[in-house]
Amino acid sequence: MNAKDWKILLVDDEREFITTLAERLELRGIPARVAFDGESALEAIAAEEPHVVILDVLMPGIKGLEVLERVKRTNPLVQVLLLTGHGSTRDGIEGMRLGAYDYMMKPLNIDTLIEKMESAIDYAKKAATLAGKTDGQ
Amino acid sequence: MIKLADIIKHPLRGLQSDVDEAESPVRYTLLRQKIFALMAVATLIPLLAMAVLNYYEHKTTMAREIQNPLRVLVNKTKNSFELFLTERSSTVSLIASAYTYPELADEKKLSRIFSVMKKEFKGFVDLGLIDENGTQVNYVGPYALKGKNYAEQRWFQEVRIKGKYVSDVFMGFRKFPHVIVAVQHMTEDGRTWILRATLDTHQFERIIASMSLEPDADAFLVNSQGIMQTSSSNYGKVLEKMTFALPPQTYEPAVLTMVDPLGRDVYVSYAYFPDADFALIAVKPQGSVLKTWYTVRGDLLFIFALGVVAVFVAAYRVTDVLIGRMKESEERREMALRQVEHSQKLSSIGRLAAGVAHEINNPLAIINEKAGLMKDIMAREEDFPAKAKIDAQVESILRSVERCRGITHRMLGFARRMDVSIEDLDVGEIIKETAGFLSNEAMHRKVDVRLEVDPELPRIFSDRSQLQQVFLNLFNNALAAVADGGRIVAMARDAGENVEIIVRDNGCGMSDDTLKHIFEPFFTTKKGKGTGLGLSITYGIIKRLGGDIAVESEQGVGTTLTITLPKGQREALA
Repeated sequence: MNAKDWKILLVDDEREFITTLAERLELRGIPARVAFDGESALEAIAAEEPHVVILDVLMPGIKGLEVLERVKRTNPLVQVLLLTGHGSTRDGIEGMRLGAYDYMMKPLNIDTLIEKMESAIDYAKKAATLAGKTDGQ
Repeated sequence: MIKLADIIKHPLRGLQSDVDEAESPVRYTLLRQKIFALMAVATLIPLLAMAVLNYYEHKTTMAREIQNPLRVLVNKTKNSFELFLTERSSTVSLIASAYTYPELADEKKLSRIFSVMKKEFKGFVDLGLIDENGTQVNYVGPYALKGKNYAEQRWFQEVRIKGKYVSDVFMGFRKFPHVIVAVQHMTEDGRTWILRATLDTHQFERIIASMSLEPDADAFLVNSQGIMQTSSSNYGKVLEKMTFALPPQTYEPAVLTMVDPLGRDVYVSYAYFPDADFALIAVKPQGSVLKTWYTVRGDLLFIFALGVVAVFVAAYRVTDVLIGRMKESEERREMALRQVEHSQKLSSIGRLAAGVAHEINNPLAIINEKAGLMKDIMAREEDFPAKAKIDAQVESILRSVERCRGITHRMLGFARRMDVSIEDLDVGEIIKETAGFLSNEAMHRKVDVRLEVDPELPRIFSDRSQLQQVFLNLFNNALAAVADGGRIVAMARDAGENVEIIVRDNGCGMSDDTLKHIFEPFFTTKKGKGTGLGLSITYGIIKRLGGDIAVESEQGVGTTLTITLPKGQREALA
């Protein structure tokens, strides 16, 4: 799948950060939508079913891990990359347990981010094929 | 000085009050003195009481033991004397009653009676019949005393009054010490006559000799005027005046102590005769009989002195041990407190660091994205005069962000209470692996890195990644400390229940002042290059893994860090 066809959703309450990141991704030909809190993120996921969601753990309102939990319940094929501002691996491990694809620490390296998104999409595709086969049987 | 009375009155108060207020080591000295004094007093008082009691008990027992035989002996001898005198006077009395005056006046008959008397009873010297006028009308004996008149003599008066008489020892007409036994008899017609026998005092000497006294002891008869009735070796010859005063009169045998005229301490045992004017006196010097007592007293004193010495030695030793234990436990408590303080300091600093790092990471992420965007935009722009310069500035911003990121991540790493994951691992292997990370730099700087890992080193239960971090820290520090061409030695060996890892360098070493602070967070000697978190993280990890870390360093010589890790798995680690 071409990077242009990726559907990416960026979720963080740090608007400056998330919009700038979205702009940089678009400059690389990756379309990205943004949401600034958990609720609007859940709405956007329900409406558009993105391939990958970049999700900040620490947000006001619905917390990142809760968003992750709900997404995995409603849209299990959506891959989530968690973002943490602090170095605690505990949130990361907890996130992985809840079904996140991977987690990254701020500040980000954009190339690493893109690599991870790509592998997440690959993984999602395989998972979808596997799910399709299972459904077909 | 501690007052004895005070200690006895308030033994425990003394231990508590002023001791607590004092500062150590004065406090320990005070405490030591008090405990020692208390123990010594508490043990010495009963010991002393026992010794004194024992001393007097023993002394009185000994005195009784010595005096009793003396008393018994005197009593026995007195009885012998009395028996001797009673027998003789009874014999005379019997003869006086059995025969009539004419029979006794018959020379032949009297001679026959006397010979029978002498045969049956030893000690009779002569026998005489005296008429009421005091004239000896008949006499049998070795002297020519027939016809002698005794009317004027005292014994004649006495026998006339009492009817029976035993005289003191006296010389009389014969110039030889003798005793008279005289009995008065009255016929039916009212005539009186006296039968008189003389006794040889040699018999007295014989009775005294039968007492079997020691050579320095003495026994003799004395009359109520203090005139010696038998000879004594120390207190006068027969019929001389006794050289010391008569003891008070008693018919029961008594013992008293006194100093005799020869200056000796003596026991005087004596008894007065109820029927004769005699007293039997036995004198025994105390010196000889008390010899046993002196030995016992010496033994007693020796044992007491030994006891006192033992009490002092024991009290000293016990006090020493006690104080040592107290000191030790206090030191241990202080150490534990210091450790708790240190880890509390670490954890509060850790929380602060985590907060700061987190707060900084968000704006840092924005700076990173903004500068990244600038770089992205610049890459799509045509060349313009300031482009290269602006590119350089953006790169510089990104590098600075990267540096900040490193710092915040390290701070977070310090704060992190990572879940320890315990596995069975080979410490030697981890050391080799970690040293490998630094081999490039070491080679470049010609630093000789030697690994001396005991091939028999047992595997231990610990956390691999945390140990890696520890060794990396230590190697980094060692590498920073040594000059180019220096040497780093890492050793790992079995140390009983632990495994010991030693990292030694011949670098610049540390001052004592630096040594005190090296495990504190944010303390660094790498001006500007270090965060000061390395060794405090190491310290935290080692403690979490149940181990310990020690450092020795000498400026200009080098530094040795020793880590001990427990071999076994510890529940507390998880």
